[in-house]
Amino acid sequence: MLEVKNVHAFYGRAHILHGVSLDAAAGEVVALLGRNGAGKSTAMKAIMGLVPPSQGEVVFEGRRIERLPPYRIARLGLGYVPEERRIFTDLTVMENLEVGRQSAREGVSGWTEDKLFALFPNLSEMRSRPGGRMSGGEQQMLTIARTLMGNPRCVLLDEPSEGLAPIIVEQMANSIRALKREGLTVLLSEQNLHFSQAVADRAYIIEKGQIRFGGTMAELASDVSLREQYLSV
Amino acid sequence: MTLSSILIQLLNGLASASSLFLVSAGLSLIFGVTRIVNFAHGSLYMLGLYGAYTLIEVLGRTPLGFWSAVVLAALAVGIAGVLIEVLVLRRVYRAPELFQLLATFAVVLVIKDIALFAWGPEDLVGPRAPGFDTAVEILGKRIPSYDLLLIAIGPVVLAVLWLLLTRTRWGALVRAATQDREMVGALGVDQAKLFTSVFFAGAVLAGLGGALQIPREPANLDLDLAIIADAFVITVVGGLGSIGGAFLAAILIGVAKAFCIGIGTVDWFGLEISFSKLTLVVEFLIMALVLVVRPYGLLGKPQAVQRIAAEPSPPLTAPTWKMALVWMAVLVAVPLVADRYVTILLTDIVCFALFAVSLHFIMGPAGMVSFGHAAYFGLGAYAAGLLFKQAGLPMEAALLLAPLCAGAFAIVYGWFCVRLSGVYLAMLTLAFAQISWSIVFQWDSFTGGSNGVLGIWPSAWLADKTTYYYLALACCGLGIAFLWRVLFSPFGFTLRAGRDSPLRAEAIGIDLRGVQWAAFVLVGALAGLAGAVYAFSKGSISPSAISIAQSTDGLIMVLLGGVETLTGPIVGAAIFTWLRDEVARRTEFWRAVMGGVILVIVLLFPQGLVGGLKALALRWQEQRA
Repeated sequence: MLEVKNVHAFYGRAHILHGVSLDAAAGEVVALLGRNGAGKSTAMKAIMGLVPPSQGEVVFEGRRIERLPPYRIARLGLGYVPEERRIFTDLTVMENLEVGRQSAREGVSGWTEDKLFALFPNLSEMRSRPGGRMSGGEQQMLTIARTLMGNPRCVLLDEPSEGLAPIIVEQMANSIRALKREGLTVLLSEQNLHFSQAVADRAYIIEKGQIRFGGTMAELASDVSLREQYLSV
Repeated sequence: MTLSSILIQLLNGLASASSLFLVSAGLSLIFGVTRIVNFAHGSLYMLGLYGAYTLIEVLGRTPLGFWSAVVLAALAVGIAGVLIEVLVLRRVYRAPELFQLLATFAVVLVIKDIALFAWGPEDLVGPRAPGFDTAVEILGKRIPSYDLLLIAIGPVVLAVLWLLLTRTRWGALVRAATQDREMVGALGVDQAKLFTSVFFAGAVLAGLGGALQIPREPANLDLDLAIIADAFVITVVGGLGSIGGAFLAAILIGVAKAFCIGIGTVDWFGLEISFSKLTLVVEFLIMALVLVVRPYGLLGKPQAVQRIAAEPSPPLTAPTWKMALVWMAVLVAVPLVADRYVTILLTDIVCFALFAVSLHFIMGPAGMVSFGHAAYFGLGAYAAGLLFKQAGLPMEAALLLAPLCAGAFAIVYGWFCVRLSGVYLAMLTLAFAQISWSIVFQWDSFTGGSNGVLGIWPSAWLADKTTYYYLALACCGLGIAFLWRVLFSPFGFTLRAGRDSPLRAEAIGIDLRGVQWAAFVLVGALAGLAGAVYAFSKGSISPSAISIAQSTDGLIMVLLGGVETLTGPIVGAAIFTWLRDEVARRTEFWRAVMGGVILVIVLLFPQGLVGGLKALALRWQEQRA
């Protein structure tokens, strides 16, 4: 479904990604773990074309996409949920969803507002509320719902649990499992190991812009030294 | 004033407000989504008037002919807007914001000459609107029915825009892109198409605003910059990106202007105040007042943080003494071999070089873009002329005192300006320049009004053109050297720190506003010196030295040379001055040629000439290594 091969990326002159390679098979939930500043968000942005890779390949459903502008990548069926949420604060919930709308594509069950409200019941009660007057958790739901309106086959979730109350984190985990049941592929970046263990099939660990580990959640769970070296604060 | 005359002025003001609102709403829309300050927006308005004039001639002075002409003119201007976006601006969206500004200046020049070529230099008086050519009697006064129609059109357009923005997918996309266009792209929206559509809509509004004015105002070539100043003021007073704010501000300013004309001269406690002379100033006074109280305009919000991280400006490198000495030697030697004409041209160039370097100082290292830098150049020139003519000081004394006068104005203007940032700051500098211009332009008894000050010649020992050139070279050379020296002093480092990271600069104890204010005054004084030297070299000074055109010339010089290098502004000033002189001698359409040259440079060297050449040289060196 998604394959990243030896990707390098720069912010201005700062070399952030030093040859990142990872992949996600169709229907899989894959976690990209790492500390602050390890390169998780940049890896997501590089895949999405927001920080165009200087070197390396990104292959999505057999197509090279590393030279495409973000909107073309999105239209191919790759959805992006940014870390800072980036809700359109002046727009209502319905309008935020409208901006994300793309026509349905083959082989994907088309998302509608009603279907999304079933997945995120909180949102259905605030359809005409401006995005700026929602709580962090509600905004996080909205930003995922907004991306789903584009009917993606694969979603990049950048730190979906960050800054959320424990109960909301639990809801978020349920939502991600629901996405998996819908057949979506999910690549999520996380610092929260417990959250990842609750939703992901496999994990990668990134540190200083390089992948240090790749394997199943069970392998990661059994390796204490690995966790201490790259994940503990 | 009687009740009926108040009503008349009110209706008059509301009628003018409609067109102002249309133009400003278009400008606001375009700025919101593309973040481009479209200086060519006034040119689109002007094209609307000319287009309507011609189309009415073709389609006939019938109601059907008139109204289809107005609509067609607006649509044609919309297509012109699309062409500008697709051919020019789309290619420079990734360039620094200031370079996009330069591109729109070039478009202004080109459109002005297209209009001159197509419609000639004479004012074209359009017909009255068929069916609305009568007057309605209200409270015993006759009001043109067309004015009443215009008053109705404003709210109608506001309502249509509001519906488009809140009830359609396009509107949601536009509002979303105004806040975070990168995110809109990541959701699968083709920004290029969205930008083009927004440009079309904005241009149609400008064209419609112009076309509707044809029964009230003759089409002429000065409308472009005149209306852009109004539109800037209205969008800023209303709040950038706020259509409702633009409507409010248009009414406020339209009515205030009408009342100033209507009141005329009033005697208050023996003090004679001419309100009609305030007409040209009143909008800028309102703007200065509003921005001091509400820095984001009446209905505006703080600007969204730019997502597309601009590359931080590279560190400046100081010119070496060796290079400076070589250039000084060349500049000193030229008059010995060249003729009188070259010497006079060189005198112009050194004056504009100091003008451009002072502008670069404030917009580059100090990070405060000024759209009204001509204020200090012109005020310096006028101070020199008036101290010499009116105060009877010797020329030498006038030349020395003039920069202090310009600096004194910069103290006042700067106090307001450093309280703002970004586009709002740029607009306020423009406002102060226009206030200065209108005072100078209208104060016939003191400044000579539109004629300016004549007969200001240097003293006998400087009468020779070559000798005066050496004086100019010494004054401006020292001024430039001084500004450059300041940039590498602790004060200069502080300024750059404040530009790159205002919060951190304040956190380490820098009084940023104070430092910026001081910089403002410093460059004001030195631009004044450039103006004073220039005035005595010409023997006269006219209000055009303070005009918007003079300010944009300065911006073109700096941006043409490149804002990221110290020598860029000098190269830009030299090339611009020389080219304008060369081209203007050969063709009536020198603006179009200049505009074309600027466009080519913008598209080929997005870092400016000196920056682009440096990059080329670097690549060449790398290839050889």
